[in-house]
Amino acid sequence: MVKSDAQQKIKSDVQKRLNKYGYIFTLPFVIIFLIFNLWPTIYTFLLSFGDLRGLKTDFNIIGVANFAKLISDRYFWGAVGNTFIIWGLNFAPQLGLALLFAVWLTNTKYTLRGKNLFRALFYMPNLLTATSVAILFRSLFAYPVGPVNQFLLNIGIVSEAFNFFRSVPASRIIVAFIQWWMWCGQTLILLMAAITAISPSLYESAVIDGANEWQCTWKITVPLLRPMMFYLLITSMVGGMQMFDIPFLITGMHGEPDFKIRTSAVYMYNIAFQGRNDYSYAAAISIGMFIITIILALLINYMIKERAPKSYRKGVAK
Amino acid sequence: MKNYQQQKFTQQLVIYAFMIVFGLVAVVPIWLMLINATRSTAQINEGISLFPSVYAMANWKILTGRGFKLALGFKNSLTISMFVTLFSVYFSSLVAYGIHVYRFKGRQILWNLIMMLIMLPASLSFIGFVQFMSKAHLMNSYIPLIVPSIASAATVLFMKQYMDSVLSFELIEAARIDGAGEFGIFNGIILPVLKPALATQAIFAFVGSWNNFMTPFVLLSSTEKYTLPMLVQMLRGDIYRTEYGGIYLGIAVSLIPIIIFYAFMSRYIISGLTMGSVKE
Repeated sequence: MVKSDAQQKIKSDVQKRLNKYGYIFTLPFVIIFLIFNLWPTIYTFLLSFGDLRGLKTDFNIIGVANFAKLISDRYFWGAVGNTFIIWGLNFAPQLGLALLFAVWLTNTKYTLRGKNLFRALFYMPNLLTATSVAILFRSLFAYPVGPVNQFLLNIGIVSEAFNFFRSVPASRIIVAFIQWWMWCGQTLILLMAAITAISPSLYESAVIDGANEWQCTWKITVPLLRPMMFYLLITSMVGGMQMFDIPFLITGMHGEPDFKIRTSAVYMYNIAFQGRNDYSYAAAISIGMFIITIILALLINYMIKERAPKSYRKGVAK
Repeated sequence: MKNYQQQKFTQQLVIYAFMIVFGLVAVVPIWLMLINATRSTAQINEGISLFPSVYAMANWKILTGRGFKLALGFKNSLTISMFVTLFSVYFSSLVAYGIHVYRFKGRQILWNLIMMLIMLPASLSFIGFVQFMSKAHLMNSYIPLIVPSIASAATVLFMKQYMDSVLSFELIEAARIDGAGEFGIFNGIILPVLKPALATQAIFAFVGSWNNFMTPFVLLSSTEKYTLPMLVQMLRGDIYRTEYGGIYLGIAVSLIPIIIFYAFMSRYIISGLTMGSVKE
Protein backbone atom coordinates (compact mmCIF):
# COMPACT_ATOMS: atom_id res chain seq x y z
CA MET A 1 0.00 0.00 0.00
CA VAL A 2 1.60 3.22 -1.15
CA LYS A 3 0.53 6.38 0.59
CA SER A 4 -0.03 9.47 -1.54
CA ASP A 5 2.06 12.58 -1.02
CA ALA A 6 -0.89 14.43 0.47
CA GLN A 7 -1.45 11.73 3.07
CA GLN A 8 2.25 11.68 3.82
CA LYS A 9 2.19 15.46 4.35
CA ILE A 10 -0.80 15.35 6.66
CA LYS A 11 0.86 12.62 8.67
CA SER A 12 4.10 14.58 9.07
CA ASP A 13 2.14 17.73 10.00
CA VAL A 14 0.32 15.80 12.68
CA GLN A 15 3.64 14.41 13.86
CA LYS A 16 5.11 17.91 14.03
CA ARG A 17 2.11 19.22 15.95
CA LEU A 18 2.41 16.33 18.37
CA ASN A 19 6.14 16.72 18.84
CA LYS A 20 5.61 19.89 20.82
CA TYR A 21 4.32 17.56 23.54
CA GLY A 22 7.89 16.37 23.85
CA TYR A 23 8.71 19.73 25.43
CA ILE A 24 5.66 19.69 27.68
CA PHE A 25 6.36 16.17 28.94
CA THR A 26 10.00 16.83 29.70
CA LEU A 27 9.56 20.37 31.06
CA PRO A 28 9.02 19.52 34.78
CA PHE A 29 12.18 17.41 34.79
CA VAL A 30 14.23 20.10 33.10
CA ILE A 31 13.00 22.92 35.38
CA ILE A 32 13.63 20.94 38.56
CA PHE A 33 16.99 19.78 37.25
CA LEU A 34 18.03 23.37 36.55
CA ILE A 35 16.94 24.68 39.96
CA PHE A 36 17.80 21.83 42.31
CA ASN A 37 20.71 20.19 40.55
CA LEU A 38 22.51 22.32 37.99
CA TRP A 39 22.45 25.56 39.94
CA PRO A 40 23.58 23.93 43.24
CA THR A 41 26.45 22.32 41.32
CA ILE A 42 27.50 25.66 39.82
CA TYR A 43 27.03 27.27 43.23
CA THR A 44 29.33 24.65 44.80
CA PHE A 45 32.01 25.59 42.27
CA LEU A 46 31.52 29.30 42.97
CA LEU A 47 31.70 28.70 46.73
CA SER A 48 34.90 26.70 46.35
CA PHE A 49 36.59 29.82 44.95
CA GLY A 50 35.12 32.01 47.70
CA ASP A 51 35.42 32.63 51.42
CA LEU A 52 32.02 31.73 52.87
CA ARG A 53 32.38 30.57 56.44
CA GLY A 54 30.88 30.94 59.89
CA LEU A 55 27.84 33.16 60.18
CA LYS A 56 28.50 35.13 57.00
CA THR A 57 25.74 35.09 54.42
CA ASP A 58 27.70 36.54 51.52
CA PHE A 59 31.05 35.75 50.07
CA ASN A 60 33.77 37.17 47.85
CA ILE A 61 35.66 35.29 45.19
CA ILE A 62 39.19 34.83 46.50
CA GLY A 63 40.63 32.56 43.84
CA VAL A 64 42.18 29.14 44.25
CA ALA A 65 43.25 29.53 47.90
CA ASN A 66 40.89 26.73 49.03
CA PHE A 67 42.32 24.33 46.50
CA ALA A 68 45.89 25.25 47.41
CA LYS A 69 44.98 24.48 51.01
CA LEU A 70 43.28 21.23 49.98
CA ILE A 71 46.36 19.89 48.19
CA SER A 72 48.53 20.32 51.27
CA ASP A 73 45.83 19.28 53.79
CA ARG A 74 47.00 16.03 55.35
CA TYR A 75 43.60 15.53 56.97
CA PHE A 76 41.98 15.54 53.54
CA TRP A 77 44.45 13.02 52.12
CA GLY A 78 44.11 11.03 55.33
CA ALA A 79 40.34 10.94 54.80
CA VAL A 80 40.77 9.90 51.16
CA GLY A 81 43.14 7.15 52.30
CA ASN A 82 40.66 5.97 54.96
CA THR A 83 37.89 5.87 52.36
CA PHE A 84 39.99 3.70 50.09
CA ILE A 85 41.18 1.34 52.78
CA ILE A 86 37.62 0.78 54.03
CA TRP A 87 36.23 0.48 50.52
CA GLY A 88 38.95 -1.99 49.48
CA LEU A 89 38.49 -4.08 52.62
CA ASN A 90 34.81 -4.34 51.69
CA PHE A 91 34.93 -4.66 47.91
CA ALA A 92 37.49 -7.45 47.50
CA PRO A 93 35.66 -9.99 49.70
CA GLN A 94 32.33 -8.71 48.37
CA LEU A 95 33.16 -9.48 44.74
CA GLY A 96 35.01 -12.70 45.59
CA LEU A 97 32.26 -14.20 47.72
CA ALA A 98 29.45 -13.01 45.49
CA LEU A 99 31.19 -14.55 42.49
CA LEU A 100 31.72 -17.84 44.32
CA PHE A 101 28.07 -18.01 45.38
CA ALA A 102 26.83 -16.87 41.98
CA VAL A 103 28.76 -19.66 40.22
CA TRP A 104 27.50 -22.21 42.73
CA LEU A 105 23.87 -21.15 42.81
CA THR A 106 23.54 -20.96 39.03
CA ASN A 107 25.17 -24.35 38.45
CA THR A 108 22.38 -26.64 37.28
CA LYS A 109 24.41 -29.71 38.26
CA TYR A 110 23.53 -29.14 41.92
CA THR A 111 20.08 -29.52 43.38
CA LEU A 112 20.27 -26.97 46.15
CA ARG A 113 17.32 -26.56 48.45
CA GLY A 114 16.67 -23.17 50.00
CA LYS A 115 18.60 -21.40 47.27
CA ASN A 116 16.05 -18.63 46.93
CA LEU A 117 15.62 -18.29 50.68
CA PHE A 118 19.38 -17.89 51.07
CA ARG A 119 19.51 -15.27 48.35
CA ALA A 120 16.60 -13.37 49.88
CA LEU A 121 18.17 -13.40 53.36
CA PHE A 122 21.56 -12.43 52.01
CA TYR A 123 20.11 -9.44 50.17
CA MET A 124 17.94 -8.20 53.05
CA PRO A 125 20.54 -5.96 54.80
CA ASN A 126 20.72 -3.84 51.66
CA LEU A 127 17.26 -2.40 52.28
CA LEU A 128 17.82 -1.60 55.95
CA THR A 129 18.27 2.01 57.08
CA ALA A 130 22.03 2.65 57.25
CA THR A 131 21.50 4.91 60.27
CA SER A 132 19.85 2.12 62.25
CA VAL A 133 22.46 -0.38 61.10
CA ALA A 134 25.24 1.92 62.35
CA ILE A 135 23.63 2.28 65.79
CA LEU A 136 22.95 -1.48 65.88
CA PHE A 137 26.58 -2.42 65.23
CA ARG A 138 27.71 0.30 67.62
CA SER A 139 25.69 -1.50 70.29
CA LEU A 140 26.74 -5.01 69.22
CA PHE A 141 30.44 -4.10 69.43
CA ALA A 142 30.00 -1.99 72.56
CA TYR A 143 32.62 -2.01 75.31
CA PRO A 144 32.71 -3.70 77.79
CA VAL A 145 29.40 -5.58 77.65
CA GLY A 146 28.35 -5.68 73.99
CA PRO A 147 27.21 -9.08 72.64
CA VAL A 148 30.37 -9.50 70.55
CA ASN A 149 32.59 -9.02 73.58
CA GLN A 150 30.41 -11.36 75.62
CA PHE A 151 30.66 -13.99 72.90
CA LEU A 152 34.44 -13.68 72.60
CA LEU A 153 34.80 -13.94 76.40
CA ASN A 154 32.48 -16.96 76.55
CA ILE A 155 34.41 -18.99 74.02
CA GLY A 156 37.69 -17.84 75.51
CA ILE A 157 39.22 -16.04 72.53
CA VAL A 158 39.93 -13.01 74.69
CA SER A 159 40.53 -12.91 78.43
CA GLU A 160 39.12 -9.42 78.92
CA ALA A 161 36.70 -7.27 76.95
CA PHE A 162 38.20 -5.58 73.90
CA ASN A 163 37.42 -1.95 73.13
CA PHE A 164 36.83 -2.22 69.38
CA PHE A 165 36.27 1.47 68.76
CA ARG A 166 39.59 2.42 70.36
CA SER A 167 41.47 0.24 67.88
CA VAL A 168 42.11 1.62 64.40
CA PRO A 169 42.25 -1.72 62.53
CA ALA A 170 39.20 -3.07 64.39
CA SER A 171 37.12 0.05 63.68
CA ARG A 172 38.07 0.01 60.00
CA ILE A 173 37.29 -3.68 59.69
CA ILE A 174 33.92 -3.21 61.42
CA VAL A 175 32.92 -0.40 59.02
CA ALA A 176 34.15 -2.44 56.04
CA PHE A 177 32.27 -5.46 57.34
CA ILE A 178 29.02 -3.48 57.61
CA GLN A 179 29.46 -2.21 54.04
CA TRP A 180 30.11 -5.78 52.93
CA TRP A 181 27.10 -7.01 54.91
CA MET A 182 24.85 -4.47 53.25
CA TRP A 183 26.08 -4.83 49.65
CA CYS A 184 27.28 -8.39 49.05
CA GLY A 185 23.73 -9.65 48.48
CA GLN A 186 23.05 -7.13 45.76
CA THR A 187 26.32 -7.96 44.02
CA LEU A 188 25.37 -11.65 44.20
CA ILE A 189 21.98 -11.04 42.60
CA LEU A 190 23.42 -8.96 39.76
CA LEU A 191 26.16 -11.53 39.06
CA MET A 192 23.62 -14.36 39.10
CA ALA A 193 21.47 -12.50 36.59
CA ALA A 194 24.49 -11.93 34.38
CA ILE A 195 25.49 -15.60 34.53
CA THR A 196 21.96 -16.74 33.73
CA ALA A 197 22.07 -14.49 30.66
CA ILE A 198 25.06 -16.39 29.24
CA SER A 199 23.93 -18.72 26.48
CA PRO A 200 23.98 -22.41 27.60
CA SER A 201 25.16 -23.45 24.15
CA LEU A 202 28.60 -21.96 24.95
CA TYR A 203 29.00 -24.41 27.83
CA GLU A 204 27.58 -27.29 25.79
CA SER A 205 30.05 -26.85 22.98
CA ALA A 206 32.92 -26.39 25.46
CA VAL A 207 31.99 -29.64 27.19
CA ILE A 208 31.89 -31.44 23.84
CA ASP A 209 35.39 -30.09 23.19
CA GLY A 210 36.45 -31.70 26.45
CA ALA A 211 36.47 -28.74 28.84
CA ASN A 212 36.01 -29.54 32.52
CA GLU A 213 33.96 -27.52 34.96
CA TRP A 214 36.90 -25.50 36.24
CA GLN A 215 37.79 -24.49 32.69
CA CYS A 216 34.18 -23.60 31.92
CA THR A 217 34.11 -21.26 34.91
CA TRP A 218 37.41 -19.54 34.24
CA LYS A 219 37.36 -19.50 30.43
CA ILE A 220 33.66 -18.81 29.82
CA THR A 221 31.80 -17.51 32.86
CA VAL A 222 34.37 -15.12 34.31
CA PRO A 223 35.44 -13.51 31.01
CA LEU A 224 31.80 -13.03 29.99
CA LEU A 225 31.07 -11.42 33.36
CA ARG A 226 33.59 -8.67 32.65
CA PRO A 227 31.01 -6.00 31.71
CA MET A 228 28.96 -6.73 34.83
CA MET A 229 32.04 -6.76 37.07
CA PHE A 230 33.17 -3.49 35.51
CA TYR A 231 29.75 -2.02 36.26
CA LEU A 232 29.90 -3.32 39.85
CA LEU A 233 33.42 -1.99 40.34
CA ILE A 234 32.56 1.48 39.07
CA THR A 235 29.26 1.84 40.97
CA SER A 236 30.81 0.46 44.14
CA MET A 237 33.76 2.83 43.85
CA VAL A 238 31.57 5.88 43.19
CA GLY A 239 29.29 4.89 46.09
CA GLY A 240 32.23 4.02 48.34
CA MET A 241 33.81 7.42 47.79
CA GLN A 242 30.63 8.92 49.26
CA MET A 243 30.41 6.59 52.26
CA PHE A 244 28.92 8.62 55.08
CA ASP A 245 26.20 7.25 57.37
CA ILE A 246 28.06 4.29 58.89
CA PRO A 247 31.49 5.83 59.60
CA PHE A 248 29.78 9.05 60.74
CA LEU A 249 27.47 7.46 63.30
CA ILE A 250 29.31 4.37 64.49
CA THR A 251 31.73 6.43 66.58
CA GLY A 252 31.75 10.12 67.54
CA MET A 253 30.80 11.82 64.23
CA HIS A 254 34.44 12.69 63.45
CA GLY A 255 35.65 9.26 62.35
CA GLU A 256 37.15 8.30 65.70
CA PRO A 257 39.43 6.61 66.69
CA ASP A 258 42.05 9.19 65.80
CA PHE A 259 40.13 10.26 62.62
CA LYS A 260 41.09 6.90 61.12
CA ILE A 261 37.62 5.94 59.89
CA ARG A 262 36.86 9.47 58.77
CA THR A 263 35.90 9.17 55.11
CA SER A 264 36.12 12.16 52.77
CA ALA A 265 32.34 12.67 52.99
CA VAL A 266 32.50 12.74 56.80
CA TYR A 267 35.41 15.21 56.57
CA MET A 268 33.37 17.42 54.25
CA TYR A 269 30.51 17.33 56.75
CA ASN A 270 32.85 18.12 59.67
CA ILE A 271 34.27 21.15 57.85
CA ALA A 272 30.91 22.50 56.62
CA PHE A 273 28.54 21.88 59.49
CA GLN A 274 30.66 21.59 62.62
CA GLY A 275 33.28 23.83 64.17
CA ARG A 276 34.22 26.66 61.82
CA ASN A 277 31.44 26.09 59.28
CA ASP A 278 33.86 26.64 56.43
CA TYR A 279 31.43 26.15 53.55
CA SER A 280 33.86 27.30 50.88
CA TYR A 281 36.52 24.85 51.95
CA ALA A 282 33.94 22.06 52.19
CA ALA A 283 32.87 22.88 48.62
CA ALA A 284 36.52 22.55 47.55
CA ILE A 285 36.63 19.17 49.33
CA SER A 286 33.58 17.92 47.46
CA ILE A 287 35.11 18.99 44.16
CA GLY A 288 38.38 17.32 45.15
CA MET A 289 36.43 14.13 45.87
CA PHE A 290 34.73 14.41 42.50
CA ILE A 291 38.00 14.83 40.63
CA ILE A 292 39.53 11.83 42.41
CA THR A 293 36.45 9.75 41.55
CA ILE A 294 36.68 10.67 37.88
CA ILE A 295 40.41 9.93 37.69
CA LEU A 296 39.83 6.54 39.30
CA ALA A 297 36.92 5.71 37.01
CA LEU A 298 39.05 6.53 33.97
CA LEU A 299 41.92 4.49 35.40
CA ILE A 300 39.68 1.47 35.99
CA ASN A 301 38.27 1.84 32.50
CA TYR A 302 41.77 1.98 31.03
CA MET A 303 43.01 -1.01 33.00
CA ILE A 304 40.02 -3.17 32.11
CA LYS A 305 40.36 -2.32 28.42
CA GLU A 306 44.09 -3.06 28.51
CA ARG A 307 43.67 -6.45 30.10
CA ALA A 308 40.79 -7.72 28.00
CA PRO A 309 41.94 -10.66 25.86
CA LYS A 310 41.77 -10.20 22.11
CA SER A 311 39.10 -12.80 21.53
CA TYR A 312 36.89 -11.02 24.03
CA ARG A 313 37.35 -7.64 22.45
CA LYS A 314 36.57 -8.93 18.99
CA GLY A 315 33.82 -11.38 19.66
CA VAL A 316 31.64 -10.71 22.63
CA ALA A 317 31.87 -7.05 23.56
CA LYS A 318 28.71 -5.19 22.66
CA MET B 1 30.22 -42.71 37.70
CA LYS B 2 29.95 -43.53 41.38
CA ASN B 3 33.01 -41.43 41.97
CA TYR B 4 31.34 -38.53 40.21
CA GLN B 5 28.23 -38.87 42.37
CA GLN B 6 30.33 -38.90 45.50
CA GLN B 7 32.27 -35.84 44.39
CA LYS B 8 29.07 -33.99 43.63
CA PHE B 9 27.70 -34.93 47.05
CA THR B 10 30.72 -33.53 48.92
CA GLN B 11 30.64 -30.39 46.78
CA GLN B 12 27.01 -29.89 47.69
CA LEU B 13 27.82 -30.32 51.36
CA VAL B 14 30.48 -27.62 51.13
CA ILE B 15 28.04 -25.28 49.36
CA TYR B 16 25.36 -25.92 51.98
CA ALA B 17 27.88 -25.17 54.74
CA PHE B 18 28.74 -21.86 53.08
CA MET B 19 25.06 -21.03 52.58
CA ILE B 20 24.28 -21.71 56.22
CA VAL B 21 27.26 -19.75 57.56
CA PHE B 22 26.62 -16.70 55.40
CA GLY B 23 22.86 -16.93 55.82
CA LEU B 24 23.50 -16.75 59.56
CA VAL B 25 25.89 -13.82 59.13
CA ALA B 26 23.08 -11.96 57.36
CA VAL B 27 20.48 -12.77 60.00
CA VAL B 28 22.26 -12.94 63.38
CA PRO B 29 22.73 -9.16 63.88
CA ILE B 30 19.01 -8.67 63.21
CA TRP B 31 18.08 -11.58 65.47
CA LEU B 32 20.23 -10.23 68.33
CA MET B 33 18.59 -6.84 67.88
CA LEU B 34 15.07 -8.30 68.10
CA ILE B 35 15.92 -10.42 71.15
CA ASN B 36 17.72 -7.65 73.00
CA ALA B 37 14.80 -5.31 72.33
CA THR B 38 12.73 -7.55 74.61
CA ARG B 39 15.36 -7.88 77.36
CA SER B 40 16.14 -5.58 80.26
CA THR B 41 19.42 -3.71 80.31
CA ALA B 42 20.55 -5.87 83.25
CA GLN B 43 19.92 -9.03 81.24
CA ILE B 44 21.75 -7.61 78.23
CA ASN B 45 24.74 -6.81 80.42
CA GLU B 46 24.72 -10.33 81.79
CA GLY B 47 25.24 -12.16 78.51
CA ILE B 48 23.94 -13.17 75.11
CA SER B 49 20.64 -14.94 74.73
CA LEU B 50 18.99 -16.29 71.61
CA PHE B 51 15.53 -16.26 73.13
CA PRO B 52 13.24 -13.32 73.88
CA SER B 53 12.43 -12.01 77.33
CA VAL B 54 9.49 -10.00 78.65
CA TYR B 55 10.81 -6.45 78.99
CA ALA B 56 9.64 -5.06 75.65
CA MET B 57 7.02 -2.85 77.31
CA ALA B 58 9.48 -1.58 79.92
CA ASN B 59 11.97 -0.77 77.16
CA TRP B 60 9.19 0.96 75.23
CA LYS B 61 8.52 3.24 78.23
CA ILE B 62 12.22 4.05 78.58
CA LEU B 63 12.47 4.75 74.85
CA THR B 64 9.43 6.96 74.47
CA GLY B 65 9.86 8.63 77.86
CA ARG B 66 12.97 10.51 76.72
CA GLY B 67 11.82 12.54 73.75
CA PHE B 68 11.80 9.72 71.19
CA LYS B 69 8.71 10.86 69.27
CA LEU B 70 8.29 7.66 67.36
CA ALA B 71 4.79 8.17 65.94
CA LEU B 72 5.71 11.64 64.73
CA GLY B 73 8.94 10.38 63.15
CA PHE B 74 6.99 7.67 61.35
CA LYS B 75 4.46 10.15 60.08
CA ASN B 76 7.16 12.55 58.87
CA SER B 77 9.17 9.85 57.12
CA LEU B 78 6.01 8.44 55.57
CA THR B 79 4.88 11.84 54.29
CA ILE B 80 8.22 12.61 52.67
CA SER B 81 8.71 9.12 51.22
CA MET B 82 5.21 8.98 49.75
CA PHE B 83 5.59 12.27 47.92
CA VAL B 84 9.08 11.35 46.74
CA THR B 85 7.79 8.03 45.41
CA LEU B 86 4.85 9.60 43.64
CA PHE B 87 6.89 12.44 42.12
CA SER B 88 9.88 10.43 41.01
CA VAL B 89 7.83 7.63 39.46
CA TYR B 90 5.27 9.82 37.72
CA PHE B 91 7.57 12.50 36.37
CA SER B 92 10.30 10.06 35.38
CA SER B 93 7.78 8.08 33.33
CA LEU B 94 6.58 11.34 31.82
CA VAL B 95 10.10 12.30 30.68
CA ALA B 96 10.91 8.79 29.49
CA TYR B 97 7.66 8.74 27.49
CA GLY B 98 8.35 12.19 26.05
CA ILE B 99 11.77 11.06 24.84
CA HIS B 100 10.45 7.70 23.67
CA VAL B 101 7.54 8.96 21.58
CA TYR B 102 8.20 12.49 20.36
CA ARG B 103 10.95 13.66 18.04
CA PHE B 104 11.63 17.16 19.29
CA LYS B 105 14.72 19.34 19.03
CA GLY B 106 17.11 18.77 21.93
CA ARG B 107 15.81 15.28 22.54
CA GLN B 108 19.24 13.68 22.12
CA ILE B 109 20.89 16.38 24.26
CA LEU B 110 18.38 15.76 27.04
CA TRP B 111 18.96 12.02 26.87
CA ASN B 112 22.74 12.45 27.05
CA LEU B 113 22.27 14.80 29.99
CA ILE B 114 20.21 12.20 31.84
CA MET B 115 22.85 9.52 31.22
CA MET B 116 25.51 11.88 32.54
CA LEU B 117 23.46 12.81 35.60
CA ILE B 118 23.26 9.18 36.69
CA MET B 119 27.02 9.06 37.07
CA LEU B 120 27.38 12.35 38.97
CA PRO B 121 27.84 11.70 42.69
CA ALA B 122 25.26 13.51 44.84
CA SER B 123 27.96 14.88 47.14
CA LEU B 124 29.24 17.16 44.37
CA SER B 125 26.29 19.56 44.58
CA PHE B 126 25.56 19.05 48.29
CA ILE B 127 27.23 22.16 49.79
CA GLY B 128 25.83 24.40 47.05
CA PHE B 129 22.41 22.80 47.50
CA VAL B 130 22.33 23.46 51.26
CA GLN B 131 23.58 27.04 50.85
CA PHE B 132 21.05 27.71 48.11
CA MET B 133 18.22 26.31 50.26
CA SER B 134 19.36 28.50 53.11
CA LYS B 135 19.28 31.57 50.83
CA ALA B 136 15.82 30.59 49.56
CA HIS B 137 14.57 30.25 53.16
CA LEU B 138 13.76 26.61 52.64
CA MET B 139 15.73 25.29 55.61
CA ASN B 140 13.60 23.24 57.99
CA SER B 141 11.13 22.61 55.18
CA TYR B 142 10.25 19.38 53.37
CA ILE B 143 10.35 21.04 49.95
CA PRO B 144 14.10 20.44 49.39
CA LEU B 145 13.59 16.81 50.39
CA ILE B 146 10.61 16.17 48.11
CA VAL B 147 10.66 18.41 45.05
CA PRO B 148 14.12 17.44 43.65
CA SER B 149 12.80 13.88 43.19
CA ILE B 150 10.90 15.16 40.13
CA ALA B 151 14.27 14.98 38.36
CA SER B 152 15.37 11.39 39.11
CA ALA B 153 17.70 10.45 36.27
CA ALA B 154 18.16 6.79 37.19
CA THR B 155 14.41 6.20 37.25
CA VAL B 156 14.08 7.83 33.83
CA LEU B 157 16.70 5.48 32.40
CA PHE B 158 14.92 2.47 33.86
CA MET B 159 11.50 3.54 32.57
CA LYS B 160 12.91 4.32 29.12
CA GLN B 161 14.50 0.86 28.89
CA TYR B 162 11.23 -0.72 29.92
CA MET B 163 9.29 1.30 27.34
CA ASP B 164 11.75 0.26 24.64
CA SER B 165 10.83 -3.35 25.32
CA VAL B 166 7.06 -3.17 25.90
CA LEU B 167 5.52 -0.08 24.28
CA SER B 168 4.32 -0.36 20.71
CA PHE B 169 3.56 2.67 18.58
CA GLU B 170 0.46 0.91 17.25
CA LEU B 171 -1.07 1.20 20.72
CA ILE B 172 -0.46 4.95 20.78
CA GLU B 173 -1.65 5.39 17.18
CA ALA B 174 -4.84 3.49 17.90
CA ALA B 175 -5.57 5.66 20.92
CA ARG B 176 -4.97 8.80 18.86
CA ILE B 177 -7.37 7.64 16.17
CA ASP B 178 -9.94 7.12 18.93
CA GLY B 179 -9.49 10.81 19.66
CA ALA B 180 -7.68 10.62 22.96
CA GLY B 181 -5.49 13.59 23.95
CA GLU B 182 -1.78 13.10 24.52
CA PHE B 183 -2.02 13.42 28.31
CA GLY B 184 -5.09 11.22 28.29
CA ILE B 185 -3.16 8.54 26.41
CA PHE B 186 -0.26 8.75 28.85
CA ASN B 187 -2.35 8.66 32.02
CA GLY B 188 -5.05 6.28 30.86
CA ILE B 189 -3.30 3.85 28.55
CA ILE B 190 0.47 4.03 28.95
CA LEU B 191 0.78 4.11 32.74
CA PRO B 192 -1.26 0.91 33.24
CA VAL B 193 0.96 -0.87 30.72
CA LEU B 194 4.03 0.22 32.68
CA LYS B 195 2.70 -1.05 36.01
CA PRO B 196 5.37 -3.73 36.73
CA ALA B 197 8.21 -1.27 36.15
CA LEU B 198 6.39 1.48 38.08
CA ALA B 199 5.96 -0.83 41.05
CA THR B 200 9.64 -1.79 41.32
CA GLN B 201 10.79 1.78 40.86
CA ALA B 202 8.27 2.92 43.46
CA ILE B 203 9.67 0.42 45.96
CA PHE B 204 13.25 1.55 45.44
CA ALA B 205 12.32 5.24 45.51
CA PHE B 206 10.38 4.74 48.73
CA VAL B 207 13.12 2.76 50.46
CA GLY B 208 15.77 5.23 49.31
CA SER B 209 13.85 8.18 50.70
CA TRP B 210 12.90 6.32 53.89
CA ASN B 211 16.58 5.52 54.57
CA ASN B 212 17.93 8.94 53.60
CA PHE B 213 19.86 10.49 56.46
CA MET B 214 22.39 13.15 55.47
CA THR B 215 20.13 15.64 53.68
CA PRO B 216 17.33 15.80 56.29
CA PHE B 217 19.95 15.78 59.05
CA VAL B 218 21.52 18.92 57.63
CA LEU B 219 18.33 20.69 56.56
CA LEU B 220 15.83 20.03 59.35
CA SER B 221 16.32 21.69 62.71
CA SER B 222 13.04 21.48 64.64
CA THR B 223 12.48 18.14 66.40
CA GLU B 224 8.83 18.21 65.28
CA LYS B 225 10.02 17.63 61.71
CA TYR B 226 12.59 14.91 62.43
CA THR B 227 12.48 11.85 60.20
CA LEU B 228 12.86 8.33 61.57
CA PRO B 229 16.60 7.94 60.83
CA MET B 230 17.19 11.26 62.59
CA LEU B 231 15.39 9.94 65.67
CA VAL B 232 17.37 6.69 65.60
CA GLN B 233 20.56 8.73 65.40
CA MET B 234 19.58 10.35 68.75
CA LEU B 235 19.93 6.91 70.38
CA ARG B 236 23.70 7.28 70.34
CA GLY B 237 23.45 10.35 72.56
CA ASP B 238 23.96 10.69 76.31
CA ILE B 239 20.33 10.33 77.35
CA TYR B 240 20.30 6.64 76.43
CA ARG B 241 23.91 5.90 77.33
CA THR B 242 23.29 2.87 79.55
CA GLU B 243 19.77 1.93 78.47
CA TYR B 244 20.69 -0.80 76.02
CA GLY B 245 17.22 -2.37 76.07
CA GLY B 246 15.68 0.91 74.97
CA ILE B 247 18.34 1.46 72.31
CA TYR B 248 17.81 -1.97 70.77
CA LEU B 249 14.06 -1.45 70.79
CA GLY B 250 14.47 1.93 69.11
CA ILE B 251 16.61 0.39 66.35
CA ALA B 252 14.17 -2.50 66.05
CA VAL B 253 11.06 -0.38 65.58
CA SER B 254 12.81 1.50 62.79
CA LEU B 255 13.79 -1.70 60.96
CA ILE B 256 10.79 -3.99 61.57
CA PRO B 257 8.49 -2.27 59.02
CA ILE B 258 11.15 -2.71 56.31
CA ILE B 259 11.71 -6.35 57.28
CA ILE B 260 7.97 -7.15 57.23
CA PHE B 261 7.56 -5.36 53.91
CA TYR B 262 10.52 -7.29 52.51
CA ALA B 263 9.17 -10.61 53.81
CA PHE B 264 6.12 -10.20 51.58
CA MET B 265 7.76 -8.52 48.60
CA SER B 266 11.22 -10.10 48.44
CA ARG B 267 10.60 -12.08 45.24
CA TYR B 268 9.27 -8.98 43.56
CA ILE B 269 12.08 -6.75 44.81
CA ILE B 270 14.84 -9.16 43.75
CA SER B 271 13.43 -9.58 40.26
CA GLY B 272 12.99 -5.80 40.03
CA LEU B 273 16.65 -5.38 40.90
CA THR B 274 17.77 -7.24 37.79
CA MET B 275 15.00 -6.01 35.49
CA GLY B 276 16.97 -3.01 34.29
CA SER B 277 20.51 -4.13 34.87
CA VAL B 278 20.82 -7.29 32.83
CA LYS B 279 21.28 -5.21 29.72
CA GLU B 280 24.46 -3.66 31.11
